[in-house]
Amino acid sequence: MRLISLAGKWLDDRLQLAAPIRDASEHPVPRNTASWWYVFGSAALIVFCLQLVTGILLALTYVPSAGEAWNSLQALNHDITFGWFIRALHGWGSNFMVAIVLIHMMQVFLFGAYKFPRELTWIVGVFLLLMTLGMAFSGQVLRFDQDAYWGLGIGASIASRVPIAGPAIVKLMLGGPIIAGATLSRFFALHVFVIPGMLIGFVCLHLLMVLKLGINEWPMPGRVVKRATYLTEYHELTKKDGAPFVPYAVWKDMFFAAFVLLAVAACALWFGPFGPTGKPDPTIIQTVPKPDYFFLWLYALLSLLPPSLETPALLIGPVVVILGLLLLPFLSGEGEKSWKRRPIAVLTVMLTAVTLGTFTHLAGYAPWSPKMNAWSGAPVPAQFLHATTALERQGALVFQVKQCRNCHSLGESGGQRGPALDSVALRLTQDQLIRQVIQGGGNMPAYGKNLSPAETTALVAFLETLHPAGQAPARDASRQFALGQ
Amino acid sequence: MENDTTLSRRGLFMKLGMLLNACVGAALAVPIGRFLLSSITRGHANGYLDWVPLGPVSQFPEGETRLATFRNPLVMPTDGKTVDTACWVRRVEGDRFQVFAINCAHLGCPVRWFPQSGLFMCPCHGGAYYRDGSRASGPPERGLFEYPYKVDNGLITIQAGEMPTPGPSASLVGKEPPCA
Repeated sequence: MRLISLAGKWLDDRLQLAAPIRDASEHPVPRNTASWWYVFGSAALIVFCLQLVTGILLALTYVPSAGEAWNSLQALNHDITFGWFIRALHGWGSNFMVAIVLIHMMQVFLFGAYKFPRELTWIVGVFLLLMTLGMAFSGQVLRFDQDAYWGLGIGASIASRVPIAGPAIVKLMLGGPIIAGATLSRFFALHVFVIPGMLIGFVCLHLLMVLKLGINEWPMPGRVVKRATYLTEYHELTKKDGAPFVPYAVWKDMFFAAFVLLAVAACALWFGPFGPTGKPDPTIIQTVPKPDYFFLWLYALLSLLPPSLETPALLIGPVVVILGLLLLPFLSGEGEKSWKRRPIAVLTVMLTAVTLGTFTHLAGYAPWSPKMNAWSGAPVPAQFLHATTALERQGALVFQVKQCRNCHSLGESGGQRGPALDSVALRLTQDQLIRQVIQGGGNMPAYGKNLSPAETTALVAFLETLHPAGQAPARDASRQFALGQ
Repeated sequence: MENDTTLSRRGLFMKLGMLLNACVGAALAVPIGRFLLSSITRGHANGYLDWVPLGPVSQFPEGETRLATFRNPLVMPTDGKTVDTACWVRRVEGDRFQVFAINCAHLGCPVRWFPQSGLFMCPCHGGAYYRDGSRASGPPERGLFEYPYKVDNGLITIQAGEMPTPGPSASLVGKEPPCA
């Protein structure tokens, strides 16, 4: 024991770190910040450490070459002891990190912690969020499978829309004119050296400012931040009602950190690693590329935006959001901190959460994508064929063979790109059906060139039978007078 | 007491030292910058756009659209399978062809051809195109990208080497996108 303390003293005589570490860990924090609401920042840090460790472990086996990366992931999954578990930890760790960083940001926003004098802490935090998302995207690329390959194509297609510089940005991003070996190598450099290096630097800065400026006190309605008086008020608060961070508050951080690590490990054990999906071979086109969960909302947005709005939204949207986040502490650097007195802040968070949640949920089943196999894989349900004529059955056949089913569902099966047709005859008359089939319109292609008159007649005859039993189909009232029918 | 306007010997050396480092930094920045930007500045000089064969014309029946694959003209040793690319070849009649890029004009996902309905459909966001590549529906703002092609001695070749993207570089054949 004495030897250890002697060695410790010997080291500290040279390093002189014990005093600053003691000062930092015992700095007084307002008592009410020792709350379960204040644990997300340290949890993000812990998951980041987990990512560093598991990332280095993966790099022991991973080969950043377009020809070999996929095989090295297979080796990790199947050949190397616990390789699958390290991959799963890293993959689930990234999901948790994005989620925890977002929750941390939401808490900081709702507690008004970005206000004077912690503006720069918030700004550094915004950059940390962007880097975390950069890590998430580049990490998805390193899992060099079909999703990664086509995901890069999507990234390149978005980048190409930048005016003037677009093509140059694409070549810079891909490292050449196509997605190939150079692309993976540069994303490897980004994911393993550039962004983590910046992350470590910015995390240190972020932490340093938390120590120097003190943790944000628990917001009280009516306790208003004023630049002139805040610092004195905060110091009085910590003097009067403060407690040393260690051990007064730190135990909650430690408990939550352990819980988060355990949750990551449990997910890794239970669900296993992510992919890799099919080989990154661009000649295999039977693939439905999808991004990882943190970019699903974007995948949905790209499908639901009107085409004319897409490029401006893609190019201007992120700039507006990032600028808004960066300017936030300057636009409302003073005033109320409590969320009880900031209804717009609460509404903003709720609206953002509901929007992102809805888009993510929609992207889960992608109703805008045609079901590529519905025409051959989902037969017309029998109830739609009861008591039909030969012509109408022929029409049902046309309906399947011409892949109408890929976009239109019948009896809840089939694509959802277009409206379900279970009761289309209630909405459209015979003439309207013919017009819609031949000329298309709305989001529907025109089938005029691909249907013979006989096929059109049969198809429309079938569509006219699609109405619920007790309800009459739509009809053109003028027709019986005009045509004497 | 030191006057503001005088420059001490050490101060001069410090400034000279800074200047020296700035010069060395600037000199090093040139090769570093050119290395970093090489994928842009290399441009067309290296001949990465080149004519690549798709196969004999007889492989492509008239009036039909078939999948073909080609190898990118520029291959690096670590590229693996990524340099093999697919494309859709439509033989209109005789030596008249249309060779469509596999990439959707919306965000580059691989489109699939459905001969029965005469449509190309994209699995990502539901873009659809007619058999001549023109836009039918969905989010794409233009028709499918086309590669320039040549027919020589019964062999069809296309000019390839760059992944088409919907930005300004996208119009491979340099014509206005066909309208739906």
